[in-house]
Amino acid sequence: MNRYTLAVLVRNQFGVLNRLTSMFRRRQFNISSITASETESGEYSRITFSFDGEENGKQQLINQLYKLPDVCSIKELTANNSLSCELMLIKLKNDPATRDEIHAASEAFKAETIDYTKDSIVLRVIGNSTKMDDFISLMRDHTILEICRTGTASIEKGSSTLRQNLNL
Amino acid sequence: MQLCGADILVKTLIEQGCETVFGYPGGQILNVYDSLYKYRNEINHVLTAHEQGAAHAADGYARTTGKVGVVISTSGPGATNLVTGIATAYLDSIPMVAICGNVPTTQIGTDSFQEIDITGVTLPITKHNYFVGNVEDLADTIREAFRLAKSGRPGPVLIDVPKDVQIAKCEYELKPPVEKDEAFAAKDIRIKEAAEIINAAKRPFIYFGGGVITANAQDEVLALAEKIDAPIGCSLMGLSAIPTDHPRFLGMQGMHGHYASSMSMHNADVILSLGVRFNDRVTGNRTKFATGAKIVHIDVDGSELNKTVNSVCGLRGDVKLTLQKLLPLLNESAKPDWMAKVDALRKEEESYLDNREGLTPRRAILTVNKYLGENTAVCTDVGQHQMWSAQNLNFKTARRFASSGGLGTMGYGFGAAIGAAYGTGERSVLITGDGSFGMNLNELATAVRYGVPVVVVIMNNGVLGMVRQWQTLFYDKHYSNSVLDCKTDFAAFAKAFGADGETVTTPEELDEALGRAFATDGPYVIDCKIDKDEFVLPMLPPGGSMDDIITKLEVEL
Repeated sequence: MNRYTLAVLVRNQFGVLNRLTSMFRRRQFNISSITASETESGEYSRITFSFDGEENGKQQLINQLYKLPDVCSIKELTANNSLSCELMLIKLKNDPATRDEIHAASEAFKAETIDYTKDSIVLRVIGNSTKMDDFISLMRDHTILEICRTGTASIEKGSSTLRQNLNL
Repeated sequence: MQLCGADILVKTLIEQGCETVFGYPGGQILNVYDSLYKYRNEINHVLTAHEQGAAHAADGYARTTGKVGVVISTSGPGATNLVTGIATAYLDSIPMVAICGNVPTTQIGTDSFQEIDITGVTLPITKHNYFVGNVEDLADTIREAFRLAKSGRPGPVLIDVPKDVQIAKCEYELKPPVEKDEAFAAKDIRIKEAAEIINAAKRPFIYFGGGVITANAQDEVLALAEKIDAPIGCSLMGLSAIPTDHPRFLGMQGMHGHYASSMSMHNADVILSLGVRFNDRVTGNRTKFATGAKIVHIDVDGSELNKTVNSVCGLRGDVKLTLQKLLPLLNESAKPDWMAKVDALRKEEESYLDNREGLTPRRAILTVNKYLGENTAVCTDVGQHQMWSAQNLNFKTARRFASSGGLGTMGYGFGAAIGAAYGTGERSVLITGDGSFGMNLNELATAVRYGVPVVVVIMNNGVLGMVRQWQTLFYDKHYSNSVLDCKTDFAAFAKAFGADGETVTTPEELDEALGRAFATDGPYVIDCKIDKDEFVLPMLPPGGSMDDIITKLEVEL
């Protein structure tokens, strides 16, 4: 099983995210993360998702995506050709016994403390998904109250863009 | 010119070349029906008994004409009644535009009376769908829907039009009918690869499906078969593209396909697959399917390539245009050994043919054949009668067979036969079973109302025959809920609906009844009594391979 990241440019239409996720569900594609946002143009939204599977499954997924009339462009983003990052907010119990360990770990991960009360600490971590996973597993030793992750945002290196290969 | 949304909707349908549409009125589509009244000299609306029947009629119209079928319904239950019809068209790639009314935009999302999120409901069974929130978008949305419905691999498109959008006014400008997206051939490099594989083939087999009918590629398929000396088989959806009596045609392939067709495909070294999608009813156990063959697959929908079976060469492109480019690259070659093997399989198949006396299913279909003209469309429902029809009907002209292949919709046939009669402008034939007919027999009222000439042949065995067949073979003869044993007198039923009908029990009676039916203006119902233990053979057991094919019934009944 491999993890693939696909960036999809879609027409910025009401319900477009529903159309994509409905297709993933009914064809049983295993999507591990998804992000959607507006783009430099009001006409398009950009959806980035990670997919766990095999090469032929990925190809089938791309083929099925291209059949949706709202899909304008698809690119596979790899570690070599692109830059990815994710943002996580993690809320931990503020316990005097573990406070120092949490601070040491957040320093090592360049996590920022964005909220601090006598009962809780909220940290903001930015980086790739593996870094998030590592940080979470480190924090499992402490009391995690809540986690919120954005999913992966990816963009190609260099000057090429998704809009350059519009499939209209 | 300033028009209200409802007028724009109807004017745009007329502009797109719609002559006949099917539907059923209701509260939230009343404005559109008012416009249909206003423009009644330019567009014909057929009122069915049920929205499902209207959707199947639009489907039958589309299958027989190649044009986009149009169905109109109100919101809520009207819209949900279309669902089976839309799904049927989706699974068989039939171009259709479904138009639904909805509650005014101000009431959307409040669970108003007869409000349903039909774009949500139909998301997985349409090529695309639209909720039109502004009257300014209406005409272009309809045009876009027609373009999508008929382009590439066709399919149904739904448009949801709230009532206030039907009332609001805006400028309407007449435009020419939209063209479908330009068809394209597969890439030259792939065509070259395919040619090399085919030129090296010793036992080629051509296997085609509904994509050949959509692309109108039957001439190219025949030219291909002649050039490389190959036999031809097809899926259920491919039937009628090539005349049944063509010497190279072996008939339908698959679970209940012709023995010679299925066996030839099984023995082939190259399977040239055209506009097919290798459904499980065709392949059986995919790991054992045609293991010795290289599959060359041409389809306009790239997602069909390597979806269920792996091809050595996948060509994404229009079947007709791709074959036109492929043909000159192929060597003309005779394959006498291979064709002798195919002929031997044919002879073997003949030995399995059911030649019993009496009103057997095969004899019934062969009797129907005598009455079919070049242009007669035959529709079926789903079950044993559908397979007997597929096996034994004598097809002469493409687009003269309509049957629910992908979804397998019992109750499809009557609506489709009405649509087919409008589509061809001629009498159509419905071959159905007593189970399927029972699902949507209300459409006899429609056929009577408009005097639609539909000859209905009910293969009446008093049971759900296909279910019973599976129960006999795989469920220890536990006939759980498959015995209908209705006391319905279908001939009397026909008369009660204002049609005519009769009951037949022998081939001679059927022959005479068909003679009367084909001379009648309007619908005619023939209740054709057959035995409940008739089987569809051959049969490839579900999940089985060609080694498991059942050609003779050896079960103690």
